Amino acid sequence: MFADALLVAAKDLRIEWRSRVTASQVVPFAFLVLVLFGFALDANRPVLDAATGGLFWIAVLFVAIVAVQRSTAIETTDGARRALLLAGVEPAAVFLGKTAAVALQLLVVEAVMVGGIVVLYDASIESIGLLAATCVVATVGIAAAGTLLGALVAGVRARETVLPILLLPVLAPVLIGATRAFDDALGTVAVDGWAWLGLLAGFGAINIVLGALAYGVLLEET
Amino acid sequence: MTAPAPAPSHTGSRTTRLLGIAVVVGVIALVLLGFFAAPEDDEQQDAVRMIFVHVPSALFTYIAFVTTAIGSVMWLLRRSVWWDTVAGAAAEIGVLFCGLTLFTGSVWGRPTWNTYWDWGDVRLVTTLILLLMMIGYLSVRSLGGDERATATRAAVIGVLAAVILPIVNRSVEWWENNTLHQKSSLTDGNLEDMTLFTIVVGLVVWGLFFAWSLIHRFRITWLERELRVSDLDLALRERRAEGHTEDGDS
Amino acid sequence: MSIVRLRAAVALIGRFPALAGVDLDVDGGEVVLVQGPNGAGKSTLLRLCAGLLRLESGEGEILGHDLATDRPLIRRSVGLLGHDTALYDDLTVRENLDFWARASRVDVAGVGAAMDRLGVPSRLHDVGVGLLSAGQRRRVALAAVVVRRPQLWLLDEPHAGLDPSGRDLVDRLVVDAAAAGATVLLSSHEVGRTLELATRRVTVAGGTITGDVSDVR
Repeated sequence: MFADALLVAAKDLRIEWRSRVTASQVVPFAFLVLVLFGFALDANRPVLDAATGGLFWIAVLFVAIVAVQRSTAIETTDGARRALLLAGVEPAAVFLGKTAAVALQLLVVEAVMVGGIVVLYDASIESIGLLAATCVVATVGIAAAGTLLGALVAGVRARETVLPILLLPVLAPVLIGATRAFDDALGTVAVDGWAWLGLLAGFGAINIVLGALAYGVLLEET
Repeated sequence: MTAPAPAPSHTGSRTTRLLGIAVVVGVIALVLLGFFAAPEDDEQQDAVRMIFVHVPSALFTYIAFVTTAIGSVMWLLRRSVWWDTVAGAAAEIGVLFCGLTLFTGSVWGRPTWNTYWDWGDVRLVTTLILLLMMIGYLSVRSLGGDERATATRAAVIGVLAAVILPIVNRSVEWWENNTLHQKSSLTDGNLEDMTLFTIVVGLVVWGLFFAWSLIHRFRITWLERELRVSDLDLALRERRAEGHTEDGDS
Repeated sequence: MSIVRLRAAVALIGRFPALAGVDLDVDGGEVVLVQGPNGAGKSTLLRLCAGLLRLESGEGEILGHDLATDRPLIRRSVGLLGHDTALYDDLTVRENLDFWARASRVDVAGVGAAMDRLGVPSRLHDVGVGLLSAGQRRRVALAAVVVRRPQLWLLDEPHAGLDPSGRDLVDRLVVDAAAAGATVLLSSHEVGRTLELATRRVTVAGGTITGDVSDVR
């Protein structure tokens, strides 16, 4: 199963690499969101400093929606969803592969965005380990929930608008948890950021298990 | 439980009519009790009367939501159309109650806590997220298309929401450790007898209303489905007839 | 051995009964031409045989597997060319075929031969599928079916969009497959051409079988 997951992940990443959508559109989009937040709050420097973690993760959520829509479109535009069923690939492997590919893309974007908040918002990183761990753990959860819901809306009319309605409330705990962990890592609020990682990990684990179980049903019946 | 109920020919029955009458009588009684019998609170004055609606709405929001989650699981496990219909009906009523909970809560909160909304309040924020999830659930249900596909999509959302909600609750709890919310004022004995009694009446009336609307909503959906099933026979005959008329020109 | 066995098969597309009660038996080695007007249910019939659709009522067996319970097994053993080509625009021809071969757990070594058989010139092997013409794309999709070496070929209008040499290639492919013992169901609007290679002609209209002629050669 993991060989199939790897196959699917490699395929998705190769497609992303070829089309350069992440590099040429998603990264600039993420940057743009950070700049817009800067415009909105720049007059009030302390507010911007205090809100950096939250703004970062809101930007990540926007990016995640775009990334999930791309990842879903790869399989729906020319009937590849059906071909995956015909090939007999384990649906859980497809889910894990696509989740991994989305997570990797998001991590690349996040790495650039961390540079963005250091430069644009003058954020100082006090714990790089916590920062990196938060990004990885939170992103796995985001990618898993996104891939699951992406497959859920794949056969639906108006899927571009339905996906955010479904995905954003589900990601609420990630926004809260990752923001708090960032607050600690950036030294803006005195909280125990590592404690939040547990919650983020729980969220990720639940979504991976649920996604692996439900993906086949969704692929087959929708 | 999964056995289909005998096909109803209309959405009412003697039971539901009695239920309906009981709800109307109950609401009248609740209004009278709430406005005249229950005393005003020392601190909250007349605003306290909002809890006669708020507490029952909140409780039945969660009951409706749990019903939807159970129905979703039953659809995924057994492809039970009965449970899928229950899940959808409960979700609609749940959204109504959830909206009512948040509305009465914030109207009550204004004079009591001096704010309509408080982001640090765990139950308030969790309930809002729940409302947003349920709206997503209903929007997927309303998309139409293949019925089994819709039921499966909705059921996955129902299960996902049910497992995520405790995490939402936990995250909001950690986020702000203080909460404005009443720490279960029902049990700490500070309430006047009449206030407590009115709350209990409110719970009973809301329970009856929940049952009444659930039954009706269930039957409407069920009848629609029956109609489509009988449509299918007609559609099959029409479809086959196409073959005879087009035989010549193919 | 009976490869396809359908009894009063009903299949829905959404709520529409695209197949309204089909009885069909196909034996091993047959080449069945499925014809009928647009919207008759030809594509739905092929997709049902591929195990992609749920049987709403009736019963069916494909390659000895029950359509009600063993659709994953059926899907793995058939080769379907549908209206979609199921190719990724941003991958090259070879990458696409390699991916589908690996996903289907068949030998990747067969990819080169399959491209040759479909007349995909080597200059196109490393070109992105998004840059191909519709006809070239269809050839690549057919190559993906060939790589799978299916026991049952389900070809939905395989001649559509192909030039004369491409159509000849498809004919040869079908004849070779039948000679190798596989069974073929193909739909086509080009009645004259496909009659030559078909052993049997089935007419579909209104979601049912309205005509069935054997030994049409």
